[in-house]
Amino acid sequence: MGSDAAIPVTETTASGRPRARAGGAARRWRAAALGLVVPVVAAVGWELAVVAGLSDGRLVPPPSRIAETFTELAATGELARHTAATSLRVAAGFGIGALAGTLFGAVAGYSTLARTLVDPTLQALRAIPSIAWVPLFILWLGIFEASKVALIAVGVFFPVYLGVLGAIAAVDRKIVEVGRIFRLSGPAMVRRILLPAVLPSYVVALRAGLGLGWMFVVAAEFMGAGEGLGYLLVDGQQLGKPAQIVAAIVAFAILGKTTDWLLVAATAPFLRWQDVVAHQEAT
Amino acid sequence: MLVLDQLGKTYANGVRALDAVSLALPLGEIVAVVGGSGCGKSTLLRLVSGLDRPTDGTVRLDGEAIAAPHEKIGMVFQEPRLLPWLTVADNVGFGLAALPSGERRDRVAAQLARVGLADKAGVWPRELSGGQAQRVALARALVGRPEVLLLDEPFSALDAFTRADLQDHLLDLWHDAEPTLVVVTHDVDEAIALADRIVVMRPRPGRVAAEIAVELPRPRDRDSAAWDAAKRRVLAALDDAREGRGGARPAEAGAALWW
Repeated sequence: MGSDAAIPVTETTASGRPRARAGGAARRWRAAALGLVVPVVAAVGWELAVVAGLSDGRLVPPPSRIAETFTELAATGELARHTAATSLRVAAGFGIGALAGTLFGAVAGYSTLARTLVDPTLQALRAIPSIAWVPLFILWLGIFEASKVALIAVGVFFPVYLGVLGAIAAVDRKIVEVGRIFRLSGPAMVRRILLPAVLPSYVVALRAGLGLGWMFVVAAEFMGAGEGLGYLLVDGQQLGKPAQIVAAIVAFAILGKTTDWLLVAATAPFLRWQDVVAHQEAT
Repeated sequence: MLVLDQLGKTYANGVRALDAVSLALPLGEIVAVVGGSGCGKSTLLRLVSGLDRPTDGTVRLDGEAIAAPHEKIGMVFQEPRLLPWLTVADNVGFGLAALPSGERRDRVAAQLARVGLADKAGVWPRELSGGQAQRVALARALVGRPEVLLLDEPFSALDAFTRADLQDHLLDLWHDAEPTLVVVTHDVDEAIALADRIVVMRPRPGRVAAEIAVELPRPRDRDSAAWDAAKRRVLAALDDAREGRGGARPAEAGAALWW
């Protein structure tokens, strides 16, 4: 039809995409390289300062000593053991918290009655600093894994709940009417209209939840743990081993960034429909 | 047979959008509803579609009261309202979830071919032009083989050429199953191009002001004298409805004096 020639959107996108992607990749690499300049200069500078004898580097260990500690911990299998313990706690807490947050958020977002019933209570609970739950969780669940996982789950729950609830409330009424015209039942409306529509915000909420999960695992491990990266931190403080503390911090940074990237990569296939620009920014 | 009986709608804010609208549409009739803004055209469609409930009166399809969306009643909105996370083919098949996947695929493919977009089956809605998107919306509504298809200013956002093109296309698609069509429009030419009967509405509250049978032979020639004559009749009826002449009630006369 002649009308369609007016806006040849498809042709442009189809042929322009590979080139845009190649150019985008080059730009992203350059941006990543630029982002490394400041930390690398700082690390090399500090290393040189210690080598030159300007500081003994005892309290602020130079990169070489941190790397040494890191490889030592890795070689003895200590690092793997602590990392595994911490990751499992985060995985369990994130799984439970995200699942509960999604369910509560979806139900409260979909049903006005449920929102009126549940949301005020949850908002009140959200105002409590999560660490304040720790003594109660220890009394209820003991000092071992269950109380730690519960604390992480609480930390993950609220950003996910709020994200899902807010995103569902913001879903375009016009799209919902399409679902109504096709007579979708309540659960089908949630599954086929609301969840896909909120997925982009949902991923953001999950990433916020995951970030908090990593934060709360440290708090959980501070309150007494025999293993875990948080234990390495406490141990490093008590035995005066700053290099071990920094090594654990580095491990946290790597884990946090990697799991966030995994989350984005895992959800990217479901977000291909978004505009390409937004999609590139998300990854 | 689609029957609207004394249909009225008062919104929660007290606005009387529609008052005592009665119409009977035999299967296969194409009716255009025209009128200025605020005369209840869209409200009428929303009541017939079951998206909103009437305050009084009833909508009946083949004797069955319509109080909620019904599988025999399809709807095309002013905007395409495609789901951006589904491909074009999945959008068209959205209402066919109950069918086995093989049959669904066949019907979607056939319907997409009918709207001339077979090659777009796998693309995302964002890659379509406005006219293409609205054709996908038409396919989505038609693939369920409704008895009644409601169209709410379906082509008003498109340029003139695309609009005329899609009007012809809609008539062509109508021949496949000959459902009842109710087209709300503010474009008199569109009403004449499509309709067997034009319902002219009057605002505040929305009521039927006139019904004009369009007895031009199809395909209709947009440059013919008969077209112009029909257009003059519709425009005259619209003018009457706007002025509130003929059948104006005392309350309205007062309202008119007030402002």
